[in-house]
Amino acid sequence: MTLFFKFDFNSICQIVLQQILTDNNIKYKIVGFGEVEVLEKLSKDKLSQLQTALDQYQIEIVENQKSILVQKIKDTITDMVFNEDTIVNVKSSVYLAEALGHSYGYLSNLFSEVTYTSIENFIILQKIEFAKQLIIKQNLSLTEIAFRLNYSSVAHLSTQFKNTTGITPSAFQRIIAKRRELNQQNTN
Amino acid sequence: MQEDYINITLADDDEDDRLFFTDAFDEIKITTRVSTFNDGVYLMDYLNSEDALLPNVLFLDLNMPRKSGLECLKEIKQNPKFKDIAITIYSTSASEEDIENTFVQGANIYIKKPSDFKTLKKVLSEVVTINWQYHTNSMNKENFLLRF
Repeated sequence: MTLFFKFDFNSICQIVLQQILTDNNIKYKIVGFGEVEVLEKLSKDKLSQLQTALDQYQIEIVENQKSILVQKIKDTITDMVFNEDTIVNVKSSVYLAEALGHSYGYLSNLFSEVTYTSIENFIILQKIEFAKQLIIKQNLSLTEIAFRLNYSSVAHLSTQFKNTTGITPSAFQRIIAKRRELNQQNTN
Repeated sequence: MQEDYINITLADDDEDDRLFFTDAFDEIKITTRVSTFNDGVYLMDYLNSEDALLPNVLFLDLNMPRKSGLECLKEIKQNPKFKDIAITIYSTSASEEDIENTFVQGANIYIKKPSDFKTLKKVLSEVVTINWQYHTNSMNKENFLLRF
Protein backbone atom coordinates (compact mmCIF):
# COMPACT_ATOMS: atom_id res chain seq x y z
CA MET A 1 0.00 0.00 0.00
CA THR A 2 1.30 3.44 -0.82
CA LEU A 3 0.32 6.58 1.01
CA PHE A 4 0.63 10.05 -0.39
CA PHE A 5 1.37 13.13 1.72
CA LYS A 6 0.99 16.79 1.24
CA PHE A 7 3.41 19.09 3.15
CA ASP A 8 3.29 22.64 4.25
CA PHE A 9 6.98 23.41 4.64
CA ASN A 10 6.46 26.67 6.47
CA SER A 11 4.40 25.12 9.24
CA ILE A 12 6.81 22.20 9.57
CA CYS A 13 9.83 24.47 9.94
CA GLN A 14 7.99 26.65 12.38
CA ILE A 15 6.95 23.69 14.54
CA VAL A 16 10.47 22.25 14.54
CA LEU A 17 11.91 25.62 15.49
CA GLN A 18 9.35 26.11 18.26
CA GLN A 19 10.10 22.68 19.67
CA ILE A 20 13.84 23.22 19.74
CA LEU A 21 13.54 26.67 21.29
CA THR A 22 11.22 25.31 23.97
CA ASP A 23 13.53 22.32 24.59
CA ASN A 24 16.37 24.75 25.15
CA ASN A 25 14.31 26.76 27.62
CA ILE A 26 14.46 29.88 25.53
CA LYS A 27 11.71 32.47 25.82
CA TYR A 28 10.78 33.65 22.37
CA LYS A 29 8.19 35.20 20.15
CA ILE A 30 7.73 34.29 16.50
CA VAL A 31 7.92 37.53 14.56
CA GLY A 32 7.49 36.29 11.05
CA PHE A 33 8.79 33.70 8.67
CA GLY A 34 12.32 32.81 9.73
CA GLU A 35 12.45 35.54 12.32
CA VAL A 36 12.22 34.92 16.02
CA GLU A 37 12.52 37.50 18.73
CA VAL A 38 14.43 36.10 21.68
CA LEU A 39 13.08 37.62 24.89
CA GLU A 40 16.23 37.13 26.90
CA LYS A 41 19.93 37.63 26.42
CA LEU A 42 21.59 34.45 25.19
CA SER A 43 25.11 33.61 26.28
CA LYS A 44 27.58 32.46 23.62
CA ASP A 45 27.42 28.93 25.05
CA LYS A 46 23.66 28.81 24.90
CA LEU A 47 23.71 30.15 21.35
CA SER A 48 26.10 27.45 20.15
CA GLN A 49 24.08 24.85 22.03
CA LEU A 50 21.02 26.05 20.13
CA GLN A 51 22.90 25.92 16.83
CA THR A 52 23.97 22.33 17.57
CA ALA A 53 20.37 21.35 18.22
CA LEU A 54 19.32 22.99 14.97
CA ASP A 55 22.11 21.33 12.97
CA GLN A 56 20.28 18.01 12.52
CA TYR A 57 17.53 19.85 10.63
CA GLN A 58 20.08 21.92 8.75
CA ILE A 59 18.61 25.08 10.21
CA GLU A 60 21.17 27.84 10.57
CA ILE A 61 21.18 30.98 12.71
CA VAL A 62 21.86 33.82 10.33
CA GLU A 63 23.92 36.54 11.85
CA ASN A 64 24.00 39.87 10.21
CA GLN A 65 27.72 40.40 9.72
CA LYS A 66 27.30 44.09 9.06
CA SER A 67 25.48 44.84 12.31
CA ILE A 68 27.98 42.75 14.23
CA LEU A 69 30.91 44.71 12.84
CA VAL A 70 29.14 48.02 13.49
CA GLN A 71 28.59 46.94 17.09
CA LYS A 72 32.31 46.14 17.35
CA ILE A 73 33.19 49.58 16.01
CA LYS A 74 30.91 51.18 18.60
CA ASP A 75 32.32 49.06 21.41
CA THR A 76 35.87 49.96 20.42
CA ILE A 77 35.00 53.66 20.32
CA THR A 78 33.22 53.56 23.68
CA ASP A 79 36.17 51.77 25.17
CA MET A 80 38.55 54.26 23.63
CA VAL A 81 36.61 57.22 25.03
CA PHE A 82 35.43 55.97 28.42
CA ASN A 83 38.20 53.69 29.54
CA GLU A 84 41.06 55.51 31.16
CA ASP A 85 43.39 52.57 30.71
CA THR A 86 43.08 52.58 26.97
CA ILE A 87 45.58 55.24 26.16
CA VAL A 88 45.28 56.19 22.55
CA ASN A 89 48.21 58.05 21.17
CA VAL A 90 47.44 57.29 17.57
CA LYS A 91 44.66 58.82 15.49
CA SER A 92 41.33 57.13 16.12
CA SER A 93 41.08 56.09 12.45
CA VAL A 94 44.39 54.21 12.71
CA TYR A 95 43.40 52.75 16.05
CA LEU A 96 40.05 51.44 14.78
CA ALA A 97 41.55 49.98 11.62
CA GLU A 98 44.20 48.13 13.62
CA ALA A 99 41.86 46.94 16.35
CA LEU A 100 39.28 45.56 13.91
CA GLY A 101 41.48 44.45 11.05
CA HIS A 102 39.70 46.35 8.29
CA SER A 103 40.65 49.47 6.40
CA TYR A 104 39.26 52.67 7.86
CA GLY A 105 37.53 53.49 4.58
CA TYR A 106 35.60 50.24 4.71
CA LEU A 107 34.65 50.68 8.38
CA SER A 108 33.63 54.27 7.81
CA ASN A 109 31.36 53.49 4.84
CA LEU A 110 29.75 50.56 6.61
CA PHE A 111 29.17 52.59 9.75
CA SER A 112 27.44 55.43 7.93
CA GLU A 113 25.30 53.00 5.97
CA VAL A 114 23.96 51.22 9.06
CA THR A 115 23.76 53.95 11.72
CA TYR A 116 22.83 57.12 9.77
CA THR A 117 25.81 58.87 11.30
CA SER A 118 29.55 58.94 10.71
CA ILE A 119 32.29 57.45 12.87
CA GLU A 120 33.66 60.96 13.51
CA ASN A 121 30.27 62.19 14.75
CA PHE A 122 29.80 59.12 16.88
CA ILE A 123 33.18 59.66 18.55
CA ILE A 124 32.32 63.30 19.25
CA LEU A 125 28.90 62.32 20.61
CA GLN A 126 30.48 59.77 22.95
CA LYS A 127 33.16 62.20 24.10
CA ILE A 128 30.58 64.87 24.88
CA GLU A 129 28.47 62.25 26.64
CA PHE A 130 31.46 61.37 28.79
CA ALA A 131 32.12 65.05 29.46
CA LYS A 132 28.49 65.40 30.63
CA GLN A 133 28.94 62.55 33.08
CA LEU A 134 32.12 64.05 34.42
CA ILE A 135 30.50 67.46 34.80
CA ILE A 136 27.59 66.00 36.76
CA LYS A 137 29.07 63.21 38.78
CA GLN A 138 32.55 64.25 39.64
CA ASN A 139 32.32 68.00 39.63
CA LEU A 140 35.54 68.22 37.68
CA SER A 141 36.51 71.56 36.26
CA LEU A 142 36.38 71.98 32.50
CA THR A 143 40.18 72.17 32.43
CA GLU A 144 40.42 68.75 34.03
CA ILE A 145 37.75 67.30 31.74
CA ALA A 146 39.46 68.70 28.64
CA PHE A 147 42.68 67.04 29.78
CA ARG A 148 40.99 63.71 30.52
CA LEU A 149 39.35 63.65 27.09
CA ASN A 150 42.47 64.64 25.19
CA TYR A 151 41.27 68.04 24.02
CA SER A 152 44.02 70.48 23.18
CA SER A 153 42.32 73.25 25.16
CA VAL A 154 39.27 74.12 27.25
CA ALA A 155 38.08 76.35 24.43
CA HIS A 156 38.10 73.42 22.04
CA LEU A 157 36.03 71.30 24.45
CA SER A 158 33.55 74.13 25.11
CA THR A 159 33.11 74.81 21.41
CA GLN A 160 32.57 71.17 20.59
CA PHE A 161 30.14 70.84 23.50
CA LYS A 162 28.18 73.84 22.28
CA ASN A 163 28.23 72.65 18.67
CA THR A 164 27.03 69.18 19.61
CA THR A 165 24.35 70.05 22.15
CA GLY A 166 23.49 73.66 21.37
CA ILE A 167 24.14 74.67 24.97
CA THR A 168 27.26 75.61 26.89
CA PRO A 169 28.78 73.27 29.49
CA SER A 170 27.86 75.67 32.30
CA ALA A 171 24.23 75.98 31.14
CA PHE A 172 24.11 72.19 31.00
CA GLN A 173 25.37 71.92 34.55
CA ARG A 174 22.85 74.51 35.75
CA ILE A 175 19.89 72.84 34.04
CA ILE A 176 20.66 69.37 35.38
CA ALA A 177 21.13 70.74 38.90
CA LYS A 178 17.80 72.61 38.76
CA ARG A 179 16.06 69.57 37.33
CA ARG A 180 17.26 67.42 40.20
CA GLU A 181 16.11 69.99 42.70
CA LEU A 182 12.66 70.00 41.08
CA ASN A 183 12.47 66.20 41.07
CA GLN A 184 13.32 66.14 44.73
CA GLN A 185 10.63 68.68 45.53
CA ASN A 186 8.11 66.57 43.65
CA THR A 187 8.97 63.37 45.46
CA ASN A 188 8.98 64.96 48.90
CA MET B 1 14.55 42.92 16.50
CA GLN B 2 14.94 46.61 15.83
CA GLU B 3 12.03 48.45 14.36
CA ASP B 4 13.10 50.02 11.14
CA TYR B 5 11.15 53.22 11.49
CA ILE B 6 10.86 55.93 14.10
CA ASN B 7 7.55 57.02 15.50
CA ILE B 8 7.11 60.78 15.55
CA THR B 9 4.22 62.73 17.04
CA LEU B 10 3.55 66.47 16.90
CA ALA B 11 1.04 68.59 18.79
CA ASP B 12 0.65 72.01 17.20
CA ASP B 13 -2.44 74.15 16.66
CA ASP B 14 -1.08 75.82 13.52
CA GLU B 15 -2.13 73.96 10.41
CA ASP B 16 0.72 75.28 8.24
CA ASP B 17 3.31 74.26 10.79
CA ARG B 18 1.86 70.76 10.92
CA LEU B 19 2.00 70.54 7.15
CA PHE B 20 5.62 71.74 6.89
CA PHE B 21 6.53 69.30 9.61
CA THR B 22 5.09 66.23 7.91
CA ASP B 23 6.47 67.33 4.53
CA ALA B 24 9.95 67.67 6.02
CA PHE B 25 9.87 64.13 7.38
CA ASP B 26 8.76 62.79 3.99
CA GLU B 27 12.04 64.04 2.58
CA ILE B 28 14.60 62.87 5.13
CA LYS B 29 16.64 59.69 5.00
CA ILE B 30 15.49 57.89 8.14
CA THR B 31 12.11 56.21 7.81
CA THR B 32 9.55 57.75 10.12
CA ARG B 33 5.86 57.52 10.86
CA VAL B 34 4.44 60.89 11.71
CA SER B 35 1.14 61.61 13.42
CA THR B 36 -0.14 65.05 14.42
CA PHE B 37 -2.64 66.46 16.91
CA ASN B 38 -4.29 69.87 16.89
CA ASP B 39 -3.82 70.65 20.57
CA GLY B 40 -2.63 69.37 23.93
CA VAL B 41 -5.98 67.90 24.95
CA TYR B 42 -6.24 65.70 21.85
CA LEU B 43 -2.62 64.66 22.32
CA MET B 44 -2.94 63.68 25.98
CA ASP B 45 -6.25 61.87 25.36
CA TYR B 46 -4.51 59.79 22.76
CA LEU B 47 -1.34 59.10 24.80
CA ASN B 48 -3.43 58.08 27.79
CA SER B 49 -5.67 55.76 25.78
CA GLU B 50 -4.93 52.10 26.27
CA ASP B 51 -3.95 51.13 22.74
CA ALA B 52 -1.86 54.25 22.06
CA LEU B 53 1.27 53.69 20.02
CA LEU B 54 3.77 55.75 22.00
CA PRO B 55 6.10 57.93 19.92
CA ASN B 56 9.89 57.70 20.08
CA VAL B 57 10.07 61.45 19.74
CA LEU B 58 7.27 63.83 20.69
CA PHE B 59 7.23 67.44 19.44
CA LEU B 60 5.28 69.97 21.51
CA ASP B 61 4.34 73.46 20.50
CA LEU B 62 4.35 75.69 23.57
CA ASN B 63 1.39 77.95 22.80
CA MET B 64 -1.69 75.90 22.16
CA PRO B 65 -5.31 76.56 23.16
CA ARG B 66 -6.96 74.40 25.85
CA LYS B 67 -3.71 72.76 27.02
CA SER B 68 -0.26 74.26 26.49
CA GLY B 69 2.91 72.40 25.62
CA LEU B 70 4.30 73.05 29.07
CA GLU B 71 1.25 71.48 30.72
CA CYS B 72 1.60 68.43 28.47
CA LEU B 73 5.29 68.21 29.32
CA LYS B 74 4.58 68.23 33.06
CA GLU B 75 1.88 65.57 32.76
CA ILE B 76 4.08 63.36 30.62
CA LYS B 77 7.00 63.64 32.99
CA GLN B 78 4.83 62.57 35.92
CA ASN B 79 3.75 59.34 34.28
CA PRO B 80 6.35 56.53 34.24
CA LYS B 81 4.56 54.99 31.27
CA PHE B 82 6.05 57.76 29.11
CA LYS B 83 9.62 57.64 30.36
CA ASP B 84 11.08 56.42 27.07
CA ILE B 85 9.67 59.26 24.99
CA ALA B 86 12.19 61.91 23.98
CA ILE B 87 10.46 65.26 24.26
CA THR B 88 11.14 68.10 21.90
CA ILE B 89 9.79 71.60 22.41
CA TYR B 90 8.97 73.06 19.02
CA SER B 91 8.21 76.71 19.44
CA THR B 92 8.44 80.16 17.89
CA SER B 93 9.74 81.48 21.20
CA ALA B 94 13.47 81.85 21.62
CA SER B 95 13.34 83.35 25.10
CA GLU B 96 16.13 82.03 27.28
CA GLU B 97 13.63 81.72 30.11
CA ASP B 98 11.31 79.43 28.14
CA ILE B 99 14.23 77.35 26.94
CA GLU B 100 15.82 76.81 30.31
CA ASN B 101 12.48 76.26 32.05
CA THR B 102 11.36 73.53 29.63
CA PHE B 103 14.74 71.79 29.93
CA VAL B 104 14.45 71.89 33.71
CA GLN B 105 10.91 70.47 33.46
CA GLY B 106 12.35 67.51 31.57
CA ALA B 107 12.38 68.36 27.85
CA ASN B 108 15.26 66.82 25.93
CA ILE B 109 15.35 69.03 22.87
CA TYR B 110 14.42 72.63 22.14
CA ILE B 111 13.86 73.80 18.59
CA LYS B 112 13.06 77.34 17.68
CA LYS B 113 10.87 76.87 14.62
CA PRO B 114 13.06 77.66 11.62
CA SER B 115 11.66 80.16 9.16
CA ASP B 116 12.62 78.26 6.03
CA PHE B 117 11.87 74.73 4.93
CA LYS B 118 15.47 73.79 4.17
CA THR B 119 16.65 74.55 7.70
CA LEU B 120 13.63 72.78 9.15
CA LYS B 121 14.51 69.63 7.23
CA LYS B 122 18.11 69.79 8.38
CA VAL B 123 17.20 70.34 12.03
CA LEU B 124 14.56 67.61 12.14
CA SER B 125 16.90 65.20 10.45
CA GLU B 126 19.60 65.91 13.04
CA VAL B 127 17.16 65.49 15.91
CA VAL B 128 16.02 62.12 14.66
CA THR B 129 19.57 60.94 13.95
CA ILE B 130 20.88 61.89 17.39
CA ASN B 131 17.82 60.46 19.09
CA TRP B 132 18.44 57.27 17.12
CA GLN B 133 21.94 57.08 18.60
CA TYR B 134 20.58 57.43 22.13
CA HIS B 135 17.90 54.87 21.38
CA THR B 136 20.10 52.20 19.77
CA ASN B 137 23.07 52.60 22.11
CA SER B 138 21.03 52.71 25.31
CA MET B 139 22.65 55.99 26.26
CA ASN B 140 21.52 57.89 29.34
CA LYS B 141 18.46 59.94 28.35
CA GLU B 142 18.71 62.05 31.49
CA ASN B 143 21.73 63.81 30.05
CA PHE B 144 20.12 64.22 26.66
CA LEU B 145 19.84 67.96 26.04
CA LEU B 146 19.92 69.47 22.61
CA ARG B 147 19.12 72.93 21.37
CA PHE B 148 18.68 74.36 17.88
